[in-house]
Amino acid sequence: MSVRQRVMGLNGDEAVAWAVKQCDVDFVSAYPITPQTIIVEKFSEFVANGEVETEFVPVESEHSALSACIGAAALGARAFTATAANGLALMWEIVYIASSLRLPIVMAVVNRALSGPINIHCDHSDSMGCRDASWIQIYTENAQEAYDTVIQAFRIGEHSDVQLPVMVTLDGFLISHTLQNVKILPDEVVKDFVGVRKPVEVEIPGRGRIPLILDPENPLTFGPLDLYDYYFEHKVQQHEAIEKARPVIKQINEEYYKISGRKYGDGFVETYGLEDAETAIIVLGSTAGTVRYVAKELRRKGYKVGMLRLRTFRPFPYRELVEALRHVKAVGVMDRSGAYGAYGGPVYIETKAAFYDEDEKPKILNYIYGLGGRDTPPTMIRKAYEELLEVSRTGKIEKKMKFLGVR
Amino acid sequence: MSMFKINLRELAKKPNLLLPGHRLCAGCGAPIVVKQVLMATRGPTIVVNATGCLEVATTIYPYSAWNLPWIHVAFENAAAVASGIEAAFKALKRKGRMKYEHIDVIAFGGDGGTYDIGIQALSGAFERGHDFLYVLYDNEAYMNTGIQRSGGTPMGAATTTTPAGTVIPGKKEHKKPIAEIAVAHKIPYVATATPAHFIDLMRKARKGIEVNGPAFIHAFSPCPRGWRMPGELTIEISKIAVDTCYFPLWEYENGVWKLTDRSLAIAKNPKLKKPIEEFLKLQGRFRHLFKPENQKIIREIQEYVDLVWEDLKERCENI
Repeated sequence: MSVRQRVMGLNGDEAVAWAVKQCDVDFVSAYPITPQTIIVEKFSEFVANGEVETEFVPVESEHSALSACIGAAALGARAFTATAANGLALMWEIVYIASSLRLPIVMAVVNRALSGPINIHCDHSDSMGCRDASWIQIYTENAQEAYDTVIQAFRIGEHSDVQLPVMVTLDGFLISHTLQNVKILPDEVVKDFVGVRKPVEVEIPGRGRIPLILDPENPLTFGPLDLYDYYFEHKVQQHEAIEKARPVIKQINEEYYKISGRKYGDGFVETYGLEDAETAIIVLGSTAGTVRYVAKELRRKGYKVGMLRLRTFRPFPYRELVEALRHVKAVGVMDRSGAYGAYGGPVYIETKAAFYDEDEKPKILNYIYGLGGRDTPPTMIRKAYEELLEVSRTGKIEKKMKFLGVR
Repeated sequence: MSMFKINLRELAKKPNLLLPGHRLCAGCGAPIVVKQVLMATRGPTIVVNATGCLEVATTIYPYSAWNLPWIHVAFENAAAVASGIEAAFKALKRKGRMKYEHIDVIAFGGDGGTYDIGIQALSGAFERGHDFLYVLYDNEAYMNTGIQRSGGTPMGAATTTTPAGTVIPGKKEHKKPIAEIAVAHKIPYVATATPAHFIDLMRKARKGIEVNGPAFIHAFSPCPRGWRMPGELTIEISKIAVDTCYFPLWEYENGVWKLTDRSLAIAKNPKLKKPIEEFLKLQGRFRHLFKPENQKIIREIQEYVDLVWEDLKERCENI
């Protein structure tokens, strides 16, 4: 059913650049930051060689990168940017404004530890920090998925029910700089799949239906002062929009399967071995590969272990999570970001909250791991599974939150 | 050369692009500057606005005073947003998805959004050469948040963060030479203007719109509230600012500096130049400078004004 695809040796960043190229993006603006830089470098090559018609604006900061994307998207253009860690932190203010203006910008975030101390390696503290910014957040596992997800992201964000920006994350260095075989769809197949961005229309009393863009013939005011009499309603609309993204993410995942032969679970969660599992690990990003490897090994030895990879973090798939895990006795939630003074890491808190109303629920532990790029080898995952198996036998948890791999 | 001719009879027929009903204070210079700039537009135009008085008071949801497409994103990024619009226009036109042959982009920012928090985005946009006009309406402090000092506040002025104290009598530093910083970027067009010299302002706005590449207009924008003066003095104080050479009118076009309007007349006839006290004495923010112990500050301001004026005259080729 799917078409013949070209296999290319690409790292994650290059795979993202290829997706952006094929999506016929009108506007790209970015600022260099390790480990995102290769995305913009590769894309600059496409621009310099006339392989794209995109307007590429290499700005003087990440704050301006997203600001320029807002201007472009408000004019009706399809806009893309990429960043990491401190770059994302610098554009923080604009991250929230992009979603409140309901502009379907796509941003690749190459996950890297936030300073300080300064560190260039992977953890999820950057994107987790803006998990409540009303952006859709999809965490990818490898370069192939990063490529596939960027293509899907334009369809999701631009869907008339959604109209929100989408953040596609890939683990710094582990995905961004690791060479993998990536299947690239033919240009025209991607072009047909994403189409051209069609701005939504709005009904204005006395003026009829007009496109929701900056258009001199149909002047609209974007970003007015919005006080206590309307601000709240507009924020509720953002809640509604991200809820409406749920079926859209699933639908696009299925549609993409038809053209590529690839899909990622139901678009939200991907599971392995959960049918009969007594213990399970929840994980995001590239570490899912290690967890799956260890789970397979343990299952071969007869242990009933499974895993769930959380692909879409926003909107959070609480129903899917509960359905997949309610029969499991012990669940370990892996968080690659700190939780200073919190009940646990962000994934842990969401998971526990999802189970609160359930009668049947597992014991749930939190493993904080991999901060600042700390290696997470199979031995470490094995140790976690062993502990979880013990909890599933005894029903007792000695400590809810643990740091994996810390000296 | 600009084909734009100022014909007041014709201009009067042009639809208002900033409509009545906005909530800027009586006597505020900003809407006068904006209306004059928009009088000089030549076709489809999009306005970008930095956070500030102008943005807040013209767009309280669900109302808007703007009769053209308008966008506000944040305080420090008007130039970056304008960059995005300008560049995306080129892409959409190239791809056959733009119904307009051209769209002019005008960004408005106050002194806080331009001298201080927005200068990075502005400098970046200048360096990249985006084709847009940036208009600074300079009311010389953060008026929207309650009269705090900015990089555009002049020496001696009392603001809520540089109060006229017994030890420190108002702001200690001079204004940042913002328009000269714009010139230092070697952009095609930079000018200063006031709402009192409106023919000059409209002519400059049109030039700024017509040049290819970035243009910058530094517009003097009196604030009766923050300057502690009656609202009816806005136009008068603008004239005096020019007459005292506190705010000279000039333009920089493709490497050539020229004095314009009243400032050119003053350069040719120095007797027209008024002492700085004429400017200071009308405003409550400078009241403390007239105490005997602060007279030296007035002298210092006068010396600085003279220095800047002489330096400017040397650079200008039309005197």
